[in-house]
Amino acid sequence: MKIIRPVALLGAAALLVAGCSGGGGGGDDGGEGVEATGPIDIWLSNNEQEVAWGTAVVDAWNAEHPDEQVTAQEIPAGSSSEEAITAAITAGTAPCLVFNIATAAVSGWVRQGGLVDLTQFDDGADYINERGGDSAASYMTDDGFYQLPWKSNPVMVMYNKTIFADAGLDPENPGMESYDDFLAGAQQIVDSGASQSAIWPSPTSEFYQPWFDFYPLYIAETGGTMLVEDGEATFDSDEGRAVAEFWAQIYADGLAPQEASTDDAMSVGTTAMQLAGPWAIASYAETVDVGFMPVPTSSGSEDVFTFADSKNVSMFTSCEAQGTAWEFLKFATSEDSDGQLLELTGQMPLRTDLAATFPEYFEANPSYEAFAGQAERVADVPSVPNSVETWQAFRDGYSAAVIFGTAPVDEFLTSTAETINGLVAE
Amino acid sequence: MTTAPTAGQDRVRAQRRGWLGAQPIGSLFTLPYLVFVLTIFAYPLGFAVYIAFHDYFFTAPGVEVPKPFVGFDNFAAVLTDERVLESFRNTAVFLVINVPLTVVLSMVLATALDSGVRWASAYRIAFYVPYLTASVSLVGVWMLLFSSGGLINSVLGPLAPSPSWLINSTLAMPTIALYVTWKQLGFYILLYLAALQNVPRELHESAMTDGANGWQRFRAVTIPGVRAATTLVLILAIITGANLFTEPYLLTAGGGPDGASSTPVLLIYQQGIQQQNPDTAAAIGMLLVIVVGLLSLTANRLTRES
Repeated sequence: MKIIRPVALLGAAALLVAGCSGGGGGGDDGGEGVEATGPIDIWLSNNEQEVAWGTAVVDAWNAEHPDEQVTAQEIPAGSSSEEAITAAITAGTAPCLVFNIATAAVSGWVRQGGLVDLTQFDDGADYINERGGDSAASYMTDDGFYQLPWKSNPVMVMYNKTIFADAGLDPENPGMESYDDFLAGAQQIVDSGASQSAIWPSPTSEFYQPWFDFYPLYIAETGGTMLVEDGEATFDSDEGRAVAEFWAQIYADGLAPQEASTDDAMSVGTTAMQLAGPWAIASYAETVDVGFMPVPTSSGSEDVFTFADSKNVSMFTSCEAQGTAWEFLKFATSEDSDGQLLELTGQMPLRTDLAATFPEYFEANPSYEAFAGQAERVADVPSVPNSVETWQAFRDGYSAAVIFGTAPVDEFLTSTAETINGLVAE
Repeated sequence: MTTAPTAGQDRVRAQRRGWLGAQPIGSLFTLPYLVFVLTIFAYPLGFAVYIAFHDYFFTAPGVEVPKPFVGFDNFAAVLTDERVLESFRNTAVFLVINVPLTVVLSMVLATALDSGVRWASAYRIAFYVPYLTASVSLVGVWMLLFSSGGLINSVLGPLAPSPSWLINSTLAMPTIALYVTWKQLGFYILLYLAALQNVPRELHESAMTDGANGWQRFRAVTIPGVRAATTLVLILAIITGANLFTEPYLLTAGGGPDGASSTPVLLIYQQGIQQQNPDTAAAIGMLLVIVVGLLSLTANRLTRES
């Protein structure tokens, strides 16, 4: 009897669980929510400059819209923004808009039923296509725009000019565009003792780490091919092999450490190079004299492509005033707001002909000009099902074959491509 | 004037006593804890069992998506996943190092502290401070100590392992096991110190009268005297060890190198939270519950007084 009672209670709890988890009724708000207006909440990245931009834009909007006030806050703390947003979707506490959406997470949130397809708004598709140009189409999921392509941080090779000079490299024109030249320059840096390592990409296992080692170079080597295209992994190819072997060489020669840095390696001078976007200019302005060069390719070609590292804006189905949210989204991504974003953060709005749209800014800030040109030649992560799993599978295989050299590169490319083909086909 | 209770009143009282026990007020006082256990432990556990047997994923409120029953499919998927099997093997390595080391060190050190060693209070604090300090900050110190150019390798010079500790597939998990042993030691010493207070002094005195030396008294009096504490320490060390997450997540950068220090809980986090596959994550969780349960049961049996 003593045992039966707790078991019965647990059974009842289990039944309760089973009953509750069947999901409630309801569904998409449909047209009603799309028209609705009223006060809304938005989340911004916790980057200091972006918060300043967001606050200014919200203040400008609120001054003109007393009945549709916008309240901005930083994305709640979490291991990553994506985890905080996923939890908020599940709990129904997501705000109307989040201005920091990573493309890789979108397919999962669409599957959760957490995002609004912006083409539901009458002018939705037109606005996005007009602002983003041809590249906007690559941000579609299930034939819908669940994110508005907002800004990019084209990845380039950032280097410490002082270390380069100490190592005997020309800090203004290092001449490291090809793999051979890059490896020779990197070796020169380490041999000279100017820095402990030549380059220090994070060797950790997070799914997004390939975006800052393999992927920019792969996009450059292939002229803009994404990791997955038309439902097939593309990297089991000569280009993919060339990039993987290049990085494997870097690690095998001890030019990049296999362990994570305990500090910001650029700031403390334990490395000479990092892959980074324009955000780094402001971040390192006080500590390091940085220069930028395009990511290397096997042949050292000019006008290379790179990884866009875009951050976009999504609207959430929990939003009750979707009409206001859409109007605010257009306001925050207008030419004026984009100019303000560029001015305050140095990040590149994802709109056509950037340099011609904001010529004064690039004249006044020549260090950003290289990024403006690079922003015209970018590719992003593909919008595919099981996106995070896909990148995690890639990272796991890459870590073994390239960083730690415990598996052959060819085997990694073939088996990981096979795994990823299975994942995106689900 | 008192009235004799009727037969009906007696039946109701007996029924109530049946549900609430001999002490209804006492049962009432335990109610908040019962509610706590049901909502914080039983409900999530039941929910996890449900998720493990369904093709499940988290949706926004009000979104209806089929989540069909899939039987043991999720278990089959995780049991054929080499990364999951590797994580269980890694945990076994961890437990083989951590659990005996924890039991032996904490028992020996507690005995030493209990025997009136000089500066005992200072030692107690020194052992307890790592336990009180957040793992995140201590991990930073260990990273500095055990990194390639860290203090340990500088001291070892040519004897330093290559690759270094935290990126060496053979040494990464033992290094984590050492770290966790060191960090948790203070807590287990405290448990043993409390247990040692209950070992009668007369037993030691009798043994001394019989001519037993220090080691013999430790073996014949102290170890049997703290048997109950040893069972507790064993079970707690197994449970906390099997739930290892923070250390491989931070110290070896997400279970590295190349998965050599990944753990089931780390994979649960990756699959359940990052990749939004709570069904396979729950299946790993169920397997972990079963393994930990069996290990704890074995530990309990082994240390039970015959």
